[in-house]
Amino acid sequence: MISLTNIEKVYRTDTIETLALNSISLDIAKGEFLSIMGPSGCGKSTLLNIMGLLDTPTRGQVQIADQPTQHLNDKQLAHFRNKKIGFIFQSYHLINDLKVLDNVELPLLYRHSAAKERRLLATAALEKVGLSNRIRHFPTQLSGGQKQRVAIARAIVGQPEIILADEPTGNLDSAMGHEIMDILLTLNKTEGTTIIMVTHDEIMARKTHRLVRLFDGTQVQ
Amino acid sequence: MLLNYFKIAIAVLRRRKFFTFISLFGISFTLTIMLVLTAFITSLVGNKYPDKKRDRLLYIRNMELTGPQSMNSSNVSFYMLDHYVRSMATPVQIAIATPYKGTNTYLNNRKIEVNYKYTNADYWQVLDYDFLEGKPYTAQQVAAGERVTVISEYMKKAYFGNTPLVTGQYIEADNVKYRISGVVKSIPITNYLLYSDIYLPYTVSKTDYTGKGYLGNYTGILLANSKAAVPKIQQEYEAIIARLPLPSKEYDHLYSHALPYMQAYVATGDEKRSGMNRVLLAISIFTLLVMLLPTLNLVNINVTRILERSSEIGVRKAFGASSSTLVQQFIIENLLLTLLGGVIGVVLSAIILYSFNHAHLVANLHLVLNFTVLGIGLLICLVFGLLSGVYPAWRMSRMHVVTALKA
Repeated sequence: MISLTNIEKVYRTDTIETLALNSISLDIAKGEFLSIMGPSGCGKSTLLNIMGLLDTPTRGQVQIADQPTQHLNDKQLAHFRNKKIGFIFQSYHLINDLKVLDNVELPLLYRHSAAKERRLLATAALEKVGLSNRIRHFPTQLSGGQKQRVAIARAIVGQPEIILADEPTGNLDSAMGHEIMDILLTLNKTEGTTIIMVTHDEIMARKTHRLVRLFDGTQVQ
Repeated sequence: MLLNYFKIAIAVLRRRKFFTFISLFGISFTLTIMLVLTAFITSLVGNKYPDKKRDRLLYIRNMELTGPQSMNSSNVSFYMLDHYVRSMATPVQIAIATPYKGTNTYLNNRKIEVNYKYTNADYWQVLDYDFLEGKPYTAQQVAAGERVTVISEYMKKAYFGNTPLVTGQYIEADNVKYRISGVVKSIPITNYLLYSDIYLPYTVSKTDYTGKGYLGNYTGILLANSKAAVPKIQQEYEAIIARLPLPSKEYDHLYSHALPYMQAYVATGDEKRSGMNRVLLAISIFTLLVMLLPTLNLVNINVTRILERSSEIGVRKAFGASSSTLVQQFIIENLLLTLLGGVIGVVLSAIILYSFNHAHLVANLHLVLNFTVLGIGLLICLVFGLLSGVYPAWRMSRMHVVTALKA
């Protein structure tokens, strides 16, 4: 599903050059649930961003769903992300000015789906995460766990083949973290969605199919 | 999509009320100034009373004589118009009139300011004043030097109060009594080429109009047979001017033109250059200055607001918004803001124009917010919205998605 070949990411400033990722090669199969672990600053999120086409590698190739991505322009990348990938962030990144339902509808907005269809799909996604009774609320009226469930609903509403989750349980207490993890596992199992999750939590990582460890930008496991 | 943009735009406006107030104040205040100016200009350009045949009229106002060490510019003389212009083949009729001048008259110890203008009889045929009563003075009356007058409705009210009919009665100006021949609908002083409170035959003028110099105190208004004949009149007049002998060795050039209404209106006496360019330049500079500061202010506020919304930008990009989609979104949001400011501006303008009209600051001038003014207002709003939205939108779209999500 995702194929990374010799990925290297270098951050340059006027005075300093930092190697964030060093020759990472990784193949992730369709329907796989992979977790990425490593200490802070080891390049986990950078790798996830590259997989999600939010960032470009300095060297190397990213192939998603058998399609090379290095030559895609801004518009094509946006379209590709919209169709293929859903994102879940540690700090949720919900738009506080929009109601829960409008937040979940967001990916469908850029597919130019009809309003009625958007509403139906968003409501269904919210039902899946157990939040159908909060659709008229604003994100500021929700708890951390509820916010993350809204974020998951937003990630799955467009039925993407891949979900990239950057420390989805990082801001939640243990019980809430397990609830979120259960939702992701169910999603992976029932829908066959490929999930790549960055986490600091060994227990959560062990629940996934495969674990990749990074250290100083290099894959160590 | 638009509904989503609208929801966000409203939410953003409500989020930082002080910023919103500053933005809306800047937009509405600017628009109010521009709308009042537009209402004034459209009243000049659009109000075709009493020159209903405006597209067939040409004005000869000034003549300029220049030499190596001297320059003389003035209105043209009665002789110049009567002798040279009247002999032209292309105009159908020629009105001759002085600019208006002011004097005072007293009625029962009450001072009344009276503006008067001398005209020939053809003035009343070339121009289409609406006679509310009576009729214009005739060529015979003018030739005989009869002390007759046509007065404006405004002067009738000022001088006679609510007397229903005043034709045949006398009005005094400059210690001379004139018999009223007719009363015409008033025109505002802003139409200064044709404005007056009382109109008198040129033959009763106390100043000598028989001098044979080119310069004097008169304006000629030439009526063309058709719109197409207007350039022919201009060509014929230019030919006359080219042949006109110079009045003295002091001068080596002589300039004068037959101009359409607006060009004549803005003529400054410099016959070598069109006053229109200067006026357009002045209006453009004024518009630029009036719009520049609020635009920069709005750009600044918008950039600040964008930085606050970096998380939203990151999310939108992550979930499929391209840079161009985000530019579009932000410009639409900004247009909504400027249109809201525009609505407030229209309301403010309506209040100002209502106050202006009711205060009678300029006699007989009634400014209105018609469709032309509103259309121009809408155009100003759109230009304003685009100008102040494009740069912040571009900044927003250039924001790297990862940086935006981290901010």
